[in-house]
Amino acid sequence: MSGLTKKIIAIAGASAFVSGAAMAADLTVVSWGGAYTKSQVEAYHKPWMAKTGKAIVSEDYGGGIAEIKAQVESGNVTWDVVDVELSDAIRACDEGLLEPIDHSILPPAPDGTPATEDFLPGTLHDCAVANIVWSSVYAYDSSKTRNWNKPTTMADFFNTKAYPGKRGMRKSPKVTMEFALIADGVPVSEVYDVLGTEEGVARAFAKLDTIKDDVVWWEAGAQPPQLLADGEVVFSTAWNGRVFNAKNAEGQSFEMVWDGQIYDLDLWVIPKGSKNKEAALDFVAFSTATEQLAAQASWISYGPARASSEARIGTFHSDDSIKMADHMPTAAANFKNALQNDFEFWADNADQLNERFNAWLSK
Amino acid sequence: MADSQTASLEPITAADGTPLKKKLAQALFRSRVRAVSLVVPLFAFVMASFVIPILALMWQGVYNDRFSSHMPNLTEQLTVWDGLTEPNEKMYEALVADLETARADRTIGRAATRVNQEFPGTRSLFTSTARKAKKLKPPFKESVIKANKKWSNIEVWQAMKITSQDLTPGFYATALDGRYTVDQGFVRQDENRQIYVKLFWRTMLISATVMGLCLLLGYPVAYLLATLPLRASNLLMIMVLLPFWTSLLVRTTAWIAILQSQGVINDLMVFVGITADDARFSLIYNMTGTIIAMTHILLPFMILPLYSVMKTIPPSYMRAARSLGATPTMAFIKVYMPQTIPGIGAGGLLVFILAIGYYITPALVGGQDGQLISNMIAYHMQKSLNWSLAAALGGILLAGVLVLYWAYDKVIGIDNMKLG
Repeated sequence: MSGLTKKIIAIAGASAFVSGAAMAADLTVVSWGGAYTKSQVEAYHKPWMAKTGKAIVSEDYGGGIAEIKAQVESGNVTWDVVDVELSDAIRACDEGLLEPIDHSILPPAPDGTPATEDFLPGTLHDCAVANIVWSSVYAYDSSKTRNWNKPTTMADFFNTKAYPGKRGMRKSPKVTMEFALIADGVPVSEVYDVLGTEEGVARAFAKLDTIKDDVVWWEAGAQPPQLLADGEVVFSTAWNGRVFNAKNAEGQSFEMVWDGQIYDLDLWVIPKGSKNKEAALDFVAFSTATEQLAAQASWISYGPARASSEARIGTFHSDDSIKMADHMPTAAANFKNALQNDFEFWADNADQLNERFNAWLSK
Repeated sequence: MADSQTASLEPITAADGTPLKKKLAQALFRSRVRAVSLVVPLFAFVMASFVIPILALMWQGVYNDRFSSHMPNLTEQLTVWDGLTEPNEKMYEALVADLETARADRTIGRAATRVNQEFPGTRSLFTSTARKAKKLKPPFKESVIKANKKWSNIEVWQAMKITSQDLTPGFYATALDGRYTVDQGFVRQDENRQIYVKLFWRTMLISATVMGLCLLLGYPVAYLLATLPLRASNLLMIMVLLPFWTSLLVRTTAWIAILQSQGVINDLMVFVGITADDARFSLIYNMTGTIIAMTHILLPFMILPLYSVMKTIPPSYMRAARSLGATPTMAFIKVYMPQTIPGIGAGGLLVFILAIGYYITPALVGGQDGQLISNMIAYHMQKSLNWSLAAALGGILLAGVLVLYWAYDKVIGIDNMKLG
């Protein structure tokens, strides 16, 4: 039930809309909770606290920029550093909700390469610095005996004849519609061109119609592993790090299908008017240094945003036999058919597609 | 005789010499001040924490100055534009000037988001052109269209004209599956984007169903509570109140454990042989789940008002009816039930109004067809950040509740309600 509890806490927290006033903290860092936050606490927070002697309070949230907006507009900013998705970072920055981050504060790579060149393309923005590359994939529980061949493609996810049973999907048009088009045979390089047209949207919904009655919709990242473990679904889309963690830290026998994965960034941002701005900037610079990003990768299978970190990725923190580099979204074997989430497309079309998605859901 | 007459003509005075009438007025005034000052804190609290926020939010539903406050020059031009002729050079010039300032102030996203709500796909048009705004040279009409040819689309300008009006019926139009346009006024939204009206009806339907189920299940329980001997009824009361005191989230989560396809009920069904292992019932993540969980959670709100009414009905009425020859059923229908109507009304109204605003339970167990309008309001508050639309949806919901309340008052009479 732990996954569920987390979701409930996330929803309750979001609905309360009042950020729990932090204790005497020098810095409040907000992230997505679960195994992901744990990896950040181990790789970033603890070393930073040891270095500076300051205290960090770690809070969880469920994504989106509603809380940041509420805090900035009410003038009572209690969050100092927040982990957000790329499209949210861009949108919040455009709306003047974030502090600009000067890239010159970021430490260079150990070999002296300046940070602006060391970070992967598209990971540095006016108000945001990326820490990881994460991915949406789908997974299944291989311990449950079933009469089917191992699924290998995105099309298999939508094939209810060969793979009967319920499927878990995130209750959001983002990623869901791209998956539908990929499964329908659209090459990954053309997905956003197709989705930008009226026929493309109709095509994606038509594909989703074929599995609509079999879908269980999830909202929090901790749910898919729970749904799979409970046998509530045979397949579920999920964030790759959560599946990895359920498999290697909690002993579940989950397998991921990387075909058609959609990868995205998580970035640090600082809400405008943060009371601990200096400490927040220091934390952002510290945590995105080569060594810290590489250290985080030994706790969860999300790829570091720096090129120089990749060579230093080690083994899983509790099991030396697992080479983390093989489990990253960017590992060659996993990256064969991958799509990068187009933040600009979603910034433009999120309102419209959300409306249509919700209308489609309630049909 | 004469003495007493003169005495009655003179005003009666209090011990300190002031006329008694005046003294009385003073005393009454003092007690009134005391009474008012005792109520003031509560009144101020209700105003500050309830009435003013609701009014402020309602105001947001018709007033939105995100565009005009960040694009002042263009707003001026758009006000005089008729909305149908080709946009002129002056408008383009104002556009470039505003884009440049908005870019420098980092407020371009606010205006862009607002227009994007009216005309999807224009957000990046604003942000990308704003990035180039500094370099744009006159004539602006040509250079702007060269920067992005979407600017030549008159619909973009019409959308801007709509959003430049601070006071707008547009959000209420959207909340009723419509659209407000420059040339045609209100039009229906495309069919594949219509959702809200349907959700309003579904919310009413689910709330009414939950109310009906609560009455059906709660009535016998309340009757037992009111008629059993004290020891037994106390025990029963505790069983009603224990869940009532338990957190809403805990109870909802418990239903997930019970109803899910690998849950207690389905396991039992398979064990007994009612259903096959691969054909388990879908009892949760759909409308059924929402209705079951909400009925359980709202049941005490029906039972308690019913109980308090039933407790006051003397048992002798039923005995009198029986002794006059009524059958038990007849006595119940003709004598007992009419006396419980104030309780039914109170419980029904309470459950219905609580159900209409329910949000966490449907969010957790509702799946796709068990979502209510409140989930949509939460979505626009938290995810899409379209607070004006959320306010419009909330305004319609509030109006709906008030209409029902009024109808209830007409049919049954609000004085006839007994809450306990």
